[in-house]
Amino acid sequence: MRASAAAARTDGRWLPLAEQVLAHAARDGATEAEVLVVADDSALTRFANSEIHQNVAETSVSVNLRFVSGRRIGVASTGRIDDDGLRRLAANAAAIARNVAELEDWGGLPEPGPITDLPASFADATAGATPEFRAEAVRSVIGAADDAGVVAYGSFATAAETIAVANSKGIRAAQERTTSQLITVHMAPDGGSGYAEQAAVDATTIDARALGREAAAKAKATTGAVSVDPGDYPVVLEEYAVVDLLDMLGYLGFSALAVQEGRSFVEIGRTVGSKHVSIRDDGADPAGLPMAFDFEGVAKQRVELIERGVCRGVVYDAQTAARDHRSSTGHGLPAPNTYGPFPINMLMAAGRTSRDELIAGLDRGLLVTRFHYTNPVHPKLAIVTGMTRDGTFLVEGGRIVGPVRNLRFTQSYLQALAGVVAVGRERKTLRGFLGGSVVPALRIEAFTFTGATEH
Amino acid sequence: MRDFTARSLDTAASLGATYADVRVVSRREESIAIRSGRVEGVASGESEGFGIRVLVDGAWGFASSHRVEPKEADRIAGEAVRIARASATALRRPVRLDDRPPAAGRYETPVEVDPFGVPLESKIGDLLAADNAANAVEGVTFTESMYAAQRESKTFAATDGSFTEQVVTHVGSGMEINAVAGDEHQRRSYPDAGGGWRAAGYEYVRGLDLPGHAEPYAEEAVALLSAPQCPPGRRTVVLDPSQLYLQVHESCGHPTELDRVFGTEASYAGTSFLTVDKLESGFRYGSDLVDIVADATVPGGMGTFGWDDEGVNAQAVPLVREGIFVGYLSSRETAPRIGRRSGGAMRADGWNRIPLIRMTNVNLLPKPGMSLDEIVADTDDGLYLASNRSWSIDDRRLNFQFATEVAYEIKGGRKGRLLKNPTYTGITYEFWRSCDAVGDERSYVMLGTPNCGKGEPGQVGHVGHAVPGARFRDVQVGVGKW
Repeated sequence: MRASAAAARTDGRWLPLAEQVLAHAARDGATEAEVLVVADDSALTRFANSEIHQNVAETSVSVNLRFVSGRRIGVASTGRIDDDGLRRLAANAAAIARNVAELEDWGGLPEPGPITDLPASFADATAGATPEFRAEAVRSVIGAADDAGVVAYGSFATAAETIAVANSKGIRAAQERTTSQLITVHMAPDGGSGYAEQAAVDATTIDARALGREAAAKAKATTGAVSVDPGDYPVVLEEYAVVDLLDMLGYLGFSALAVQEGRSFVEIGRTVGSKHVSIRDDGADPAGLPMAFDFEGVAKQRVELIERGVCRGVVYDAQTAARDHRSSTGHGLPAPNTYGPFPINMLMAAGRTSRDELIAGLDRGLLVTRFHYTNPVHPKLAIVTGMTRDGTFLVEGGRIVGPVRNLRFTQSYLQALAGVVAVGRERKTLRGFLGGSVVPALRIEAFTFTGATEH
Repeated sequence: MRDFTARSLDTAASLGATYADVRVVSRREESIAIRSGRVEGVASGESEGFGIRVLVDGAWGFASSHRVEPKEADRIAGEAVRIARASATALRRPVRLDDRPPAAGRYETPVEVDPFGVPLESKIGDLLAADNAANAVEGVTFTESMYAAQRESKTFAATDGSFTEQVVTHVGSGMEINAVAGDEHQRRSYPDAGGGWRAAGYEYVRGLDLPGHAEPYAEEAVALLSAPQCPPGRRTVVLDPSQLYLQVHESCGHPTELDRVFGTEASYAGTSFLTVDKLESGFRYGSDLVDIVADATVPGGMGTFGWDDEGVNAQAVPLVREGIFVGYLSSRETAPRIGRRSGGAMRADGWNRIPLIRMTNVNLLPKPGMSLDEIVADTDDGLYLASNRSWSIDDRRLNFQFATEVAYEIKGGRKGRLLKNPTYTGITYEFWRSCDAVGDERSYVMLGTPNCGKGEPGQVGHVGHAVPGARFRDVQVGVGKW
């Protein structure tokens, strides 16, 4: 089985190296130690002006050691994996631990627990993807652009990543994951533009030609965009825009550390969204980009974040869990981590509404393909500003009447969730801040646009 | 090292590369993160590797590895050539590089106090003193204080005979002080949001005097919780250097990157409104007071070096002169397309990334006349905005919106009461054309950012911005509803 083969490769190569580092740490006096190995074979073919202009590949490995001496912690990392490099890694981490103050509420490294293999997280075809394979897909995207008389831009990335964690409490976890992503922007001669994207574990499931056609059609449809006044509009957000809502809410609020520091909007039991909104984090869901365990070697639990509009939970790593006297949910990032835990496998529940029906429900509103350069303006209220991009349309009487120039919004994403009146029945798998998200399109009863640009 | 680079280049050439370059890079980093008096993260890291970039049949290929070994050089050179041949199957404009003399020599950042030589305990102590002083102020909810240093040693060699060695050292430190009450979350940062950064040694960190600034900044963060909301309207704004540098970064630095203009970043970060026709026509970017230069030679900037990652020597390139758009950040591939020579702005984020056109030190030059304080004194009614809190700009770099941590009301030439949650927005060229005062040398300060994102796979750039303060008229302030 592929999963077994992946496990054999990872166990055979990186866990022994991690154990070698653990031994060095023990000799240097560690009372606890954790080693994280991330090995990466990745490649990316980038295209612009309907030709490949950048084309890269990388073989890299990083070894991260969290060295614990009582309640003192030092972290060091290295890319040098010969024995001298690993000895120096342990010595560096030990030297840091000797020089820092004790963490009074240090909860200890996590204990081992069962981890379920996720066969769906690995695809041989992605791990073996060649430059020629990527170039062929890119030529398909370009071909769709040529057929439509527009110009193609984008990238096709394939990656095989091994994550291995070993700690002195007995955790021995290794997994090999593959990811792939094709994104494309098509531009029409008069300035119209369209976008399409797909992420997948198996790169051969990405339909490059279809993505090219989608982006090309939208680029042509945005020809002759006109200005509309900023203001409050009901909107349909396509999946490419919705993924930003999840990412930003994950960054601002779904972390236990954000709650502990009082800067999160999350209060368990608080209603923040409409009844149509349910969001969870699930590293095992094959619809996303699965991940069996986190960067502390803790199995990922499914966490209901928002259920029918009501806050149900946040994600934990070992340290934030210790503070709340509970277990980690398997959402730790590599040490040292001042960001706290992070949901990197979010999924938003699908609804029952088709894309056409979502649009048909707008009396006068906007259809938004995607957002650009979003940033929080007021973190606790989740007020975010950003631009629309690559396909914004005016809808009247339930029908798209034409393209409009891009608009700036300044909008509370929480109020946007509260205003969700319909959810698309189809979902897309897209790359998020750190992982992958699975999202539907949404119809929202009001969205505040505060400015406009010239295209 | 010469043997290794020569082998890499010889292998690439023997496999068909008409041009090749190799960078061998080792990077050492250390960081300290303190959160509310707790030493939350102290880390050190080192990485080493090499990347080979080749041209075959007019197309680019690049491959990289962490194993700096002769056999790996052969494998990676072969992989780069194979990738380039795949690129050539979807090529419409073969790459042509401008000529430049082979680069040779050595550059090193001037450092008075080696940051890696200062005892860790001492650095932690310095930072804890500041963090504790901030936390002692009543009403502070949490604090974040940071220190970081990075030293990159880089050898560059190319098939044209270039061979350079560079050692570049950057340090940064700062603190962010947060006050939270109900739904209100306010922050003040010193010296700047994200810390202050320089190409320098630990002497820069000591010079910041974080402990001496902790209390007033903490008191201001707490005071902001009960300050009035910054009201909307068309206002005169005076931008402190801690905000003005990011305005320059987003609305002048990025749109003058010539690769963006040619569309090679279109699918990710976007393109630029500063198209080539605007260079030819003498487009008015700003008022007569606006002089902006990309200067990789100025001391202390994080965009200062000896040669860029194509072996082009560091230089100062005018971008805007007396308000007129006059130049781009460029590379050996892009500059010939507008009939110019490379401005030396190709920079890569480590051994495993290709060089891209990046900002060096994009500086708004000071104007003799008024200091920043004198600009405030010269302002009858306006807002003084300091320290960035949020930034966003459209994909052609026209419509921007910034939030700052604080606004001070200006009345009758004096800074008065605090206003919270200030935002301002505009269109780039309209905004810069409204500039009617630029500070002089007395308020000219080198700032910068260590987290400028660009490219796929993502690259993080260290760039510098020397700016004075400046005043802008008729700016839309107070955006959004809350």
